Amino acid sequence: MTDTLVPRLPLGQWVDWLVDWVTTTFRPLFRFIKDVLGGVYDGLDAVLASPPFWVVAIVLAVLALLAKNWKLALGSLVGFVVIAGVNQWDNAMETLALVLLSAAIALLVAIPLGIWAARNDRVSAIVRPVLDFMQTMPGFVYLIPTVVIFLTGPVPGIIATIIFAMAPGVRFTELGIRQVDKEVVEAGHAFGATPARILGQIQLPLALPTVMAGVNQVIMLSLSMVVLAGMVGAGGLGEDVVAALQRVDVALGFEAGIAVVILAMFLDRVTAALGERAPVSRALVAARD
Amino acid sequence: MTAPSITPPAGTSAPAEPSTSAPPAPDVAVAVRGVSKVFGRRPAEAMRRLAQGASRDDVKALGTAAVIDASFDVRRGEIFVVMGLSGSGKSTLIRMLNGLLKPTSGQVLIGGENLAATDAKQLRALRRSSVSMVFQHFALLPHRTVLDNAAYPLEIQGVGKAERREKARTAIELTGLGGWEDSLPSQLSGGMRQRVGLARALAADTDVLLMDEAFSALDPLIRREMQEQLIELQQRLGKTIIFITHDLNEAMHLGDRIAVMRDGRIVQIGTAEQILSDPANDYVAQFVADVDRTRVLTASSVMVRPAVVVPVTGGPRQASRAMREAQVPAAFVVDRQRVLRGVVHDDDAVAALKAGQESVEGIVRDAVTPVSPDTPLAEIFAPAAESSLPVAVTDDTGRLVGVVPRVTLLEAMVPPDQPQTDESVPGRQATDPTPDGDAPTDRVAADEGGAR
Ligand SMILES: Nc1ncnc2c1ncn2[C@@H]1O[C@H](COP(=O)(O)OP(=O)(O)OP(=O)(O)O)[C@@H](O)[C@H]1O
Ligand SMILES: [Mg+2]
Repeated sequence: MTDTLVPRLPLGQWVDWLVDWVTTTFRPLFRFIKDVLGGVYDGLDAVLASPPFWVVAIVLAVLALLAKNWKLALGSLVGFVVIAGVNQWDNAMETLALVLLSAAIALLVAIPLGIWAARNDRVSAIVRPVLDFMQTMPGFVYLIPTVVIFLTGPVPGIIATIIFAMAPGVRFTELGIRQVDKEVVEAGHAFGATPARILGQIQLPLALPTVMAGVNQVIMLSLSMVVLAGMVGAGGLGEDVVAALQRVDVALGFEAGIAVVILAMFLDRVTAALGERAPVSRALVAARD
Repeated sequence: MTAPSITPPAGTSAPAEPSTSAPPAPDVAVAVRGVSKVFGRRPAEAMRRLAQGASRDDVKALGTAAVIDASFDVRRGEIFVVMGLSGSGKSTLIRMLNGLLKPTSGQVLIGGENLAATDAKQLRALRRSSVSMVFQHFALLPHRTVLDNAAYPLEIQGVGKAERREKARTAIELTGLGGWEDSLPSQLSGGMRQRVGLARALAADTDVLLMDEAFSALDPLIRREMQEQLIELQQRLGKTIIFITHDLNEAMHLGDRIAVMRDGRIVQIGTAEQILSDPANDYVAQFVADVDRTRVLTASSVMVRPAVVVPVTGGPRQASRAMREAQVPAAFVVDRQRVLRGVVHDDDAVAALKAGQESVEGIVRDAVTPVSPDTPLAEIFAPAAESSLPVAVTDDTGRLVGVVPRVTLLEAMVPPDQPQTDESVPGRQATDPTPDGDAPTDRVAADEGGAR
C-alpha cells in the first residue's frame, strides 16, 4: 500500500552519502581522534587491569567508603569478588575503563552546553530537540557510522557511547541552573558580582545536586551502551554477552550479565552518594531536621 | 469606592516635583523620572495607552503594568517609604532602582548617574559602591553560613578575608544575631533569616539602602527594635534608605516621606502628617483610616495660637481684662523673647489688682509641663490631663510657639472627613493642597521629618 501512495524517501541513502563524505573529507582528523582516544583508553585499562585483582577491588571499595559508608564498601567488595569468581574481572575492568572515559568526555561536553543553554533561551530551544533525537535513537544505530568512520576496536564504541549518553548531562545541568532561586541570583547581581562569579559561587553550587543526578544518568547510560558496543568489538563484558548470544551459551550470558549488574550498582550508588555529599544538599538536609 | 475619575498627578502634597529632564539637585541621592515597567508581550503599545491615562486594567491584554509613571527624588539621608497593597508594584519599583529590572520607560539616577547609560561593568561598580538591597524573600545563599552570607558583598568588593569577616561580624551583632555566625540559613527562623539579609546589606556599607519589606517577617517586638535601630543608623551614618512596606504604622513611623502606590501608580507623596491630614483621594484616606494617628501626628500639626498671652512685665489689670475678653480662666505668661514663664489665673490677677501689685510677676505659677513641637499626640494626653489649661508647646529655646487645647487633641484623633465624592467637587484635592487654608495662621508650618 504505502509503496504506491508515498514515494520512497531515500533518507537512509542520504545519511549514508553524508557519512561517506565526512569519512573521506576528515580522515586525518578521525585518525587523530582514534589515536588519542585509543591511547587514553589503553592507559586507563592498564591502570585498572594490570594490578592484582584484590588491589583494585580494595581501592574501589575504599572509594565507596569515602563516598558513602562501610556498608556500601563491603557490598562492593563482595560484588567484586563475585565478578572475579565468575572469571569476568578483566572484562569488567575493560568495561569500567570504557564507561569512565566515555562518561567523562560526555560530561565535559554536556555540562558546559547545559550551562550555556540555561543562560540562553535560543541555545536551549535548539539543543532540546537535538538531545531528544540523540537519546531516543536506538543506541546501536550510532555504532554503524562510527564503525564506518573508526573501523573496529574500542574507539567507535566510545564515540557512540558519548553521543548516546550525553543528553541527560545537558538536560540536568540546564534544569539545575534554571531552578536556582531567582532572587538569590538577583542578590548576586544586586551586590555587583560578575556573571562568572554568580555562576561559580551561586548557580553551580546550588545546581550541584541536580547536576550530579545528571552525572549519574550519564554514567548509567554509558554502561548500557558500552555493553552494546561489545557487538563491534569494543571489548569488555559486552563481548562475552554477544558471544553468549551467538553460541546460545546461557551460563556465559548469565555470568557476564551479573558482572554488568554489579558494576552498574556500584557506579550508581557511588555517584548518587557523591551528589548527596554536595554542601548544598547537606544544607537542605539540615533544613529538614 | 468610586471609580477613579481623575488620575492624580503623583503626589499632590509633595514639595516641588522633579521635572523629567533637569539634572537632579546635588542633595538628591536617587532620582526617579517618569519610570514605568510593563511586563508582557507588547510593552510599547501598553506604554502608549498608559501615557494617555489608561489604567493597569485597561492595558491588561498587552501586559502587566507593574509600575506606571513614577517620579520622585530621594534626598541624601532621607528615609523614603513606599507603601501599597500587595501587587501595587513596590518590588518592581525598587528593583528598577538598582537596575535589576530595566524600566520600560523613564530614568533612574543614582547620585546623578543615569542607570540606563551605564554599561554592565559600570553598573556593577555602582552597585558595589553605592546601592545595596534587602530582599523581600531574603535571598540568602543557602550553602553559606550566616557570617559568610553577611560578608558576601564585601567579598565581591574585594575586601580581604580578615577584614570582611570583622565587618560582617559587626553587622551581625547589630542585627542581634550574635552567636549564630556559623549556622546555615536553613537552621534559622524566618525572622532571623531576614536579619541576616539586613546584616548583609549593612555590611556592604553603601550610601543607599533599598529595603523591600525588610521587617515583614519579624515579630512585633523585634520589629520595633529594628525600626528604632534603622532610624538610629540612618541618623548616625546618614544613609539614604528606600523602604518598602505594606504596614502603615511602620511607614508612618519610619518615613521622612511616604509614597502611596496603588495599581502601579504613585497616588500621593508626602510626610506622614500630610498624608494623614490631607489624603490625596478616597483611596489614601481609606488606606490611612486605621492608623494610630496619635503616634504619627505631632504637637506642631495640631497646635493653635494661644488665645491670650500675658507679658511678664504687664500689670494684673491688663492680664485680667485680657482673660475676661477671651473668656478663659487662665493665660500663659511669656517674657520679651516669648519664652514661657508660667501661667496666671484670673482670680490671682483679681487679688493682685486689689492688693495693688504693679506686675504679674509675683503671681505667675510655673506648674506647666510644656511639650516640644515634635511630641506625638500620644504623649500629650498626660500633660493635657494634668490641668484644665491647653498644653503649651515650646521650642528648643523655651519659646512658646503654640498651644494644644484639649478639644483639638480629641478632634485630631478622628480621621478627617472623607473627601467629597467627585460629583460635587471633582478634583478638589488635586487642586487645593491646603483644605485647611481658612485657618493657616493657627498652624505652625510642619517641618519635614516632624513625623518623628
Ligand atoms: N517578572 C514579572 N513578570 C510578570 N509580571 C510581574 C513580574 N514581576 C512582577 N509582576 C507583576 O507586577 C505586579 C506588581 O508586582 P510587585 O511584585 O512589584 O508587587 P508588590 O507591590 O511588591 O507586591 P507584594 O506586596 O505582594 O510584594 C504584579 O501584578 C505582579 O504579578
Ligand atoms: Mg513585593
